[in-house]
Amino acid sequence: MPVLARWIEAAGIPTVVVTMMPAMAEERRAPRVVGVEFPFGHAFGMPGDRGMQRRTLELALRVLAGASGFGTRVDLDVEWPVPVREAYRAWQPKEPSPIVRKILEGRKSS
Amino acid sequence: MLVDSFRFLPRTFRPFYEGRGPHPGEDEPVWAPFDKRLAQARIALLTSAGIYLKASQPSFDLEREQTNPEWGDPTWRAIPASVTAGEIGVAHLHVNDEDVKADPEIALPVRLLGELAGEGVIGGAVERHISVMGYQESSLREWRTATAPEVVAHLRDQVADGLILAPA
Repeated sequence: MPVLARWIEAAGIPTVVVTMMPAMAEERRAPRVVGVEFPFGHAFGMPGDRGMQRRTLELALRVLAGASGFGTRVDLDVEWPVPVREAYRAWQPKEPSPIVRKILEGRKSS
Repeated sequence: MLVDSFRFLPRTFRPFYEGRGPHPGEDEPVWAPFDKRLAQARIALLTSAGIYLKASQPSFDLEREQTNPEWGDPTWRAIPASVTAGEIGVAHLHVNDEDVKADPEIALPVRLLGELAGEGVIGGAVERHISVMGYQESSLREWRTATAPEVVAHLRDQVADGLILAPA
């Protein structure tokens, strides 16, 4: 996604990436980054929590419009309101993804 | 406050993400200045949650990914700003999709963006936002040669002044 943002930015359209892995977005050289400490699949916050979603979207808009230069990163200071162990389990798919299954099978057979 | 990028990631996955550096050939800065005031700008959203319209669009191809785990469907879908939760399907094998099905705003906040336009915070929202499926083969070849140019053309057609991208 940071690389896709770069290509769109290079075509002249300003971008911001809202991500739970801002360190990776920086490594991948995204022009503008908003970090959120939310579980995967929840870039804008909790389902049904309009206040949290709005805080996230408004920060994204501020960084999109107001960042002064390449590599700007601003993190959202909002804590996920679910205990980390529970949230960690909840975001993961019920079945391992094909690539995870392949890696796990490779480990078993090696 | 600095976000911990690994807070919700299984420890065994961390080496797949950490210290990879830039994508090959993508280390130079790129920058398009945001020239307008937000209150006059049209904003677009892009999600990689694998959202599609159940009634009129094909799902992202998960069957092929099942047989070829290194591959992910590189195509994209246009999602109208008026979309409702009941109209969307979600095709993404790497996250639990229950929450995004219940409230798609957590991935693609089209309604909220429309409210901000109504309040004058932004000038407007595009009519058709963008959805991709974020798990891609590592070369990103199809994304670079086909998807990115098509998305750029779509954004120009929608007269977008800026894009907010959010991975799943």
